[in-house]
Amino acid sequence: MREIVVLSGKGGTGKTSIVGSLAALAERKVLADCDVDAAVLHLLLNPSVKQDNEFWSGQVAHIDPDKCNQCGLCQELCRFHAIRDFQVDSVSCEGCGFCSHVCPVEAITMKENLAGHLFVSETRYGPLVHARLGIAQENSGKLVAQVRQRAKQIAQEQNLDYIISDGPPGIGCPVISSLSGASLALLVTEPTLSGMHDLERVIGVCRHFGVPALVCINKYDLNEENTRQIEAHCSVQGVDVVSNIPFDNVVTRSIVQGVPVVDYSDGRVTREIKRMWGILSAMLGNGSRG
Amino acid sequence: MIISIVSGKGGTGKTLVATSLALSLKDSHKVVILDCDVEEPNDHILLKPVITGSEPVNIQVPGIDEKKCTYCGKCAKVCVYHAIAVLGNHVLTFPQLCHGCGACSYLCPEKAISEEPRQTGVVEWGHSDGVGFVHGILTVGEAMAPPVIRKVKEHANGNGIVIRDVSPGTSCPVVESIKGSDFCLLVTEPTPFGLNDLALAVETVRKLEIPCGVVLNRAGVGNAGVEEYCRKEKIPILFTIPLDTEIARLYSRGIPLVDGMPQWKNRFGQLFDRIKEIVDERNRGIKR
Repeated sequence: MREIVVLSGKGGTGKTSIVGSLAALAERKVLADCDVDAAVLHLLLNPSVKQDNEFWSGQVAHIDPDKCNQCGLCQELCRFHAIRDFQVDSVSCEGCGFCSHVCPVEAITMKENLAGHLFVSETRYGPLVHARLGIAQENSGKLVAQVRQRAKQIAQEQNLDYIISDGPPGIGCPVISSLSGASLALLVTEPTLSGMHDLERVIGVCRHFGVPALVCINKYDLNEENTRQIEAHCSVQGVDVVSNIPFDNVVTRSIVQGVPVVDYSDGRVTREIKRMWGILSAMLGNGSRG
Repeated sequence: MIISIVSGKGGTGKTLVATSLALSLKDSHKVVILDCDVEEPNDHILLKPVITGSEPVNIQVPGIDEKKCTYCGKCAKVCVYHAIAVLGNHVLTFPQLCHGCGACSYLCPEKAISEEPRQTGVVEWGHSDGVGFVHGILTVGEAMAPPVIRKVKEHANGNGIVIRDVSPGTSCPVVESIKGSDFCLLVTEPTPFGLNDLALAVETVRKLEIPCGVVLNRAGVGNAGVEEYCRKEKIPILFTIPLDTEIARLYSRGIPLVDGMPQWKNRFGQLFDRIKEIVDERNRGIKR
């Protein structure tokens, strides 16, 4: 079983459109949406939810006003400035529990925190594991780890060939959690200076965690000079550019219809994504039926 | 006044709006732009600032004095992040897991734990053509953006207009970035993806009780879902940018919209006036 994670550094370069298309092209796979704080893959896959599990993670301090003698020690020691006027700001609290250990009158208890939901769904393309982190919650990395773990379990139970996951933007905690130990990272970029800058940093993260990376340049014809620079730069870095996808409003139209672009159109975008999947599946070795 | 540029979904045009808004206001106001997207900062690409100073961002991680340590295990027990383990006569620390809460050093009965700085990023500041500039850069391979964001925010000293360019999403880095803002400008695009993530961004700013308005970018593609949502939720659409390949090309070359198309300057000025009206109105309401 091989796990492909689609990342980008910069947001909005087309990760989800690519993952939706790979969902339609690859056989024998489970899909995972690892962008747990702004998940949208379900909008292309129209899932029916089969399991809805609560995601309890971390703790939040709670001050019992009847016991609190307002000594102020907790406020003074909290590094996250989460206690003001003897009340806890649950958004700022990082759940370290320092305050509960030092409170001289034991007025502070740590309460378990419902941080989100994890779903296992059926789609017309196969099983999908996705999640919904609560608004302004911490621990997105932990929820991502659970999404991947559940996807892996499904892949093993059903003897599937691939896990295809849609990653979050950025390079921080949820990205690291999506990436570590994956077989391959497909990095979707665009030929803008921002896209190029962000690609370089996400290539750095892949290298740091020892995950092989391939690059796909989306909307390559928006600025062909930049596209050539990305290709040259990737070649220096020893990273292959496997696909140049043209800019075409058909992608937006397919999103509006809630369908992966490869199932919406037979045009040049679809042909290029199919070609890319051919290369990816050949490189990944097993179960190539693209 | 502090205005945060937020989106939920990535790639909707936050950086375009943040930089052009700053450049449009600099002749009439003192303006500082803070790039709080420390995972993937991009404002410097458009603004090409002169950097005049920098400062490392450290978090405090435990250093164990083995001469004093009695291996009682208290530190490992209090650390909820599992950043310390005591195994027999060994104390192992995992600095990458440490959040720097300080509980272990304070609670160690032998005072055997001191705190040592570990660098996780850097903050740089300077100016660009009359706009004050600050950004933070999270070190590649590091997971925790909020300490770097906190440091970036410390560098904006009070008066004038502060524009914070925020990372996509709705979790801790976004919350840390927008906390303390007077207004959030939510940048979206007219697609189901844009709408889905706009609704999440709205929930986030409402949780923090910050007033907001919408910028609709790439108008003309997609569908009317975002406009219907805004009408229903009574969120004003303050600004519209059409889908225009010329605008996309300028951005691709790192040229701010108002430099490539100066006719936009006035419109960004008017956008600020609308924001100011909303913020003033709200402040009057609170005083009453």
